[in-house]
Amino acid sequence: MGFKENILSIIIFLPLLGVLLGAFIPKENKSAIKWFTLIVSLVEFIVSLFLVIHFDSSSTGMQFTEKYAWIPVYHIQYQLGIDGLSLLLILLTTFLTPLVLLGSWTYIKKREKEYYLWFLVLETGMIGVFASLDLILFYVFWEAMLIPMYIIIGVWGGPRRIYAAVKFFIYTMFGSLLMLVAIIYLYFAYGSQTGTYTFDLLKLYNLSLPMSTQIWLFAAFALSFAIKVPIFPFHTWLPDAHVEAPTGGSVILAGVLLKMGTYGYMRLAMPLFPIAANAFLPYLAVLAIIGIIYGALVAMMQPDIKKLVAYSSVSHLGFVILGLMALNIESVDGAVLQMINHGLSTGALFMLVGMLYERRHTRELSEFGGIAKTMPVFATIFMVVTLSSIGLPGLNGFVGEFLILLGSFFANPVYAVLAGTGVILGAVYMLRTYQKVFWGKITNKANEDLHDLSAREIIVMIPILIMIVWIGVYPKPFLNIIHNASESYIQYVKPQTAQQGQADYQPSMAPQMPERIK
Amino acid sequence: MELNIVRYILIFPLLGFLVNGLVGKRLGNKAVGWIANSAVFISFALVVYIFIQLLSMAPGSRLITDTVYTWINSGSLTIDFKLMIDPLTIVMLLVVTGVGFLIHIYSIGYMHGDRSYSRFFAYLNLFMFSMLLLVLSSNIVLMFVGWEGVGLCSYLLIGFWYEKDSAANAGKKAFITNRVGDYGFLLGLFLLASAFASKGILTLDFTTMAAHISLISPQILTIVGILLFVGATGKSAQLPLYVWLPDAMEGPTPVSALIHAATMVTAGVYMIARMNFLYVLAPEALEVVAIVGGLTALYAATIGLVQNDIKRVLAYSTISQLGYMFVGVGVGAFSAGIFHLMTHAFFKALLFLGAGSVIHALSGEQDMRKMGGLKNKIPVTHAVFLAAALAISGIPGLSGFFSKDSILAAAYASGHTVIWLLGFITALLTAFYIFRLIYMTFYGESRLDKHAAEHVHESPKVMTVPLIILAVLSVIGGYIGVPQLLGNLVGWHNSDIFVNFLAPVFRTMPKHEMPVSTESWLMIGSIAMAILGVFFAWYVYIKSKMRPAEHAAESLPGVYRLLLNKYYVDEVYNAIIIKPLLWMSENFLWKIFDVRVVDGTVNGSAQVTQWASTKLRKIQTGDFQVYVMLFLIGVISVLAYFVLR
Repeated sequence: MGFKENILSIIIFLPLLGVLLGAFIPKENKSAIKWFTLIVSLVEFIVSLFLVIHFDSSSTGMQFTEKYAWIPVYHIQYQLGIDGLSLLLILLTTFLTPLVLLGSWTYIKKREKEYYLWFLVLETGMIGVFASLDLILFYVFWEAMLIPMYIIIGVWGGPRRIYAAVKFFIYTMFGSLLMLVAIIYLYFAYGSQTGTYTFDLLKLYNLSLPMSTQIWLFAAFALSFAIKVPIFPFHTWLPDAHVEAPTGGSVILAGVLLKMGTYGYMRLAMPLFPIAANAFLPYLAVLAIIGIIYGALVAMMQPDIKKLVAYSSVSHLGFVILGLMALNIESVDGAVLQMINHGLSTGALFMLVGMLYERRHTRELSEFGGIAKTMPVFATIFMVVTLSSIGLPGLNGFVGEFLILLGSFFANPVYAVLAGTGVILGAVYMLRTYQKVFWGKITNKANEDLHDLSAREIIVMIPILIMIVWIGVYPKPFLNIIHNASESYIQYVKPQTAQQGQADYQPSMAPQMPERIK
Repeated sequence: MELNIVRYILIFPLLGFLVNGLVGKRLGNKAVGWIANSAVFISFALVVYIFIQLLSMAPGSRLITDTVYTWINSGSLTIDFKLMIDPLTIVMLLVVTGVGFLIHIYSIGYMHGDRSYSRFFAYLNLFMFSMLLLVLSSNIVLMFVGWEGVGLCSYLLIGFWYEKDSAANAGKKAFITNRVGDYGFLLGLFLLASAFASKGILTLDFTTMAAHISLISPQILTIVGILLFVGATGKSAQLPLYVWLPDAMEGPTPVSALIHAATMVTAGVYMIARMNFLYVLAPEALEVVAIVGGLTALYAATIGLVQNDIKRVLAYSTISQLGYMFVGVGVGAFSAGIFHLMTHAFFKALLFLGAGSVIHALSGEQDMRKMGGLKNKIPVTHAVFLAAALAISGIPGLSGFFSKDSILAAAYASGHTVIWLLGFITALLTAFYIFRLIYMTFYGESRLDKHAAEHVHESPKVMTVPLIILAVLSVIGGYIGVPQLLGNLVGWHNSDIFVNFLAPVFRTMPKHEMPVSTESWLMIGSIAMAILGVFFAWYVYIKSKMRPAEHAAESLPGVYRLLLNKYYVDEVYNAIIIKPLLWMSENFLWKIFDVRVVDGTVNGSAQVTQWASTKLRKIQTGDFQVYVMLFLIGVISVLAYFVLR
């Protein structure tokens, strides 16, 4: 055991350790709870930076690996390891958690102790998902993480919180169970082919199954992840969950939990079953494009700001899925970067909407108007985040969207032509929202004496704003981290394509790919 | 030549934006004005310094670059943050920083007393940064950053007085209309990138692309050229995406001058000139550019004839003049297009600032029907306005004459007679509407409101000095591009300095020579049109004191209303695109499809499960005897099955 050898375990379980210690703080001492959990999450963030410092972006394999026997009878291992994809998602998690805790400071007024501790439990679950390389371990974290989120929505949510929480839980659970069956099938299939039984993801990558089997296994994984992302038409739990969830819950839900779906495609569904993946690929791309346009159109007409942002997530994540399906380095790099970008900008949007909600206790667009005058700082920050969300060049969203669209154009120009309309529609619904909330005259008396953001609220937003600008202006360090993960994803999914003669997802009018990708 | 000071042209306006944007409120208006103005002045000084450097280099090798860092890298795609200055860039830089600086000074006076003074200058500096980035970029993606950046500033500045709904709507309309164009631009960019990628050169750098452009098939280049031009129609307000520019007049007048007349709206023309290496190989695309430019020139001029808002006349005039520039680049006369871009920047900025001075004098009045007789009350404004009006009308000797004439001559020489005719008629209309403006505003009887009449005053020096400088430029600016035809008359060889300076940048189309006599007749024709236009305006508005509006409304009610309502284009867009899309999104996609169909299926399946389990639950009665009986029935059935089989 050593710090460096077990760094991933430390990062996973540090928040849980915080929960155990925090449990001893009397629940009446609210400020001690808040400060304690905040400090734990900050320490966690600092420790996670260690990963960046020691991450070797030139290496193609998994790094910081750990492997211990866990349940030897069933060959279940405690196996961890990360590549650039997981690294960035872990960092996103450790980055957003303290902001969410600080952001909830005065908003949560009942059962504070449990609220803050559940967020730390959630953090452990989320990081566990991104770091696991054993499928059972992955599944355990995957399911474990559902519980805190279920409770956060169900206890601290809005009026219809029970409906939303149950819907979220059962819908996700339904997908997960199919995945569990598929995982067990994989275990036996690998055993019968090689004689050794394992849940080791890296070994299972080498398993070659016939198309007829792959189709079913892929479908099980893909459905589970499609619900999580969510891909159209599996998205309807999302607006409900977001509208009812407390602000912190929405931020983590949009920021990190949705990424588990896209992560699942990239880490599991696509590379484990490349033949099936290639057969499904055009359909998934089409669903992604429908999601982009449909999500934007429906978002455009929402009267509730939170619902609007929720539908915009359907649109944004459509871009991520499209990038993953286009299967070239530009599009996949863009997709991974866009996962982070969406976490930042949509997370920020939910925080901002929460700040508005705390002041007015409503999220109806028609209740607002003209508040740029009373809340200039808030209006400015909201504008920057809006611009990030609509992909203004110079901010983070553009780099991701640009690479995704460029890559999908290489794969199939029609994809980019259709998906590109999302760029217009995104501007329509975001600017319409901005105008309705901030511009015009103040017509509603209740908006006349709103106080601008407090120092604490500004402190919560500043780190996100810095990241929004940083990734937009200088995305290179991030792209360097992502690069090898994208390469190996493409290698896992693509070569089989050629062997099986399924390469025809690229119509003949698409420009030939040069020898650039090697 | 690599020169690392180029980046500072960008850095100072950016710093100005950051300082004024973050702490401007606390600094006080005086400091804000100084910071913003110095930032732009330093950029201007740097540009002048680099211009001198450039002149000292051999004409063929005038290229200065500055590689700052690698911006995006993915696979073999590398996009550098790299700046480049060649003769074309330096012309744009001089116009942008020069005119930009004058407008910054003017704004100190014009925005004096505005509640959001620091926000205004912060946006204005951000605009300068974005516009300079657009011009300086050495690759098309970085150019797009500036391209959308200027769009953002335009949006923020049109909506500057955001409490006015009309301003807020206009800002949003501008951004979204531009996004439609940018969608086309991006697709063009993608197609170009993938065409290069298929040849094994994944590049978006202008110089590299220019070197390898011949590898790409003309068909692809034509599509790329048209798609990029779609972007230009958005940014430079051409048919059919011009609709945002008239509404953009909601912004403060210096913004109209800087962004919506002199600089940003010319970005589309610059882009095509920058991509000349592509367009010369895609003549069909250029044809489209020229046709759209010619039609827009005439179309917007006809609307300009009947507008009563002083800024709206100038807005349609800008659209029309931009049409000329597109005719210029569209017929392959890239230098002529850029030349007109430059002279137009002088006189149109002057017209707008002059209009601002009039509005300022009249306490905010913009309706020309409530003006008149201002000539002696605001003499400086009148004098400079007159200079600009003569220049835009194409009166010989003033800047607009030279640039407009070179465009029309090139159009005719290259065989585009119909497009030439469009431009020729537009010249008449231009002279008419601009002198209609002059006569309605400065001459005749005063029709001022009582309140306005009492407060009429000439603008302060901080506003009039920039006006005078621009007036001088509008008058003499054309002499750097004197057609050789006229140069020969006075024995001036190489009189067309401008064309010669830009020549190394542009690839040439097949040359069309025109007999000297034809060229002379064309020139005399345009002069006649200009004078005729001025005369008509004089005759109608001064001599006969006609009320042409009422006249036209009576004799040609249909045409008049069509023009006054701008051909109902906004209404048509609204009825056939916006309304149906919103209606379908709300009433079908959301309320029926999403809620009923998709979510209905999800909740429906949950309800079916629940229903089924409540039914099934009835089997579990908890009654032991029932269980035993069921168990026995089961056993007997199994036995019976095996026995009777």
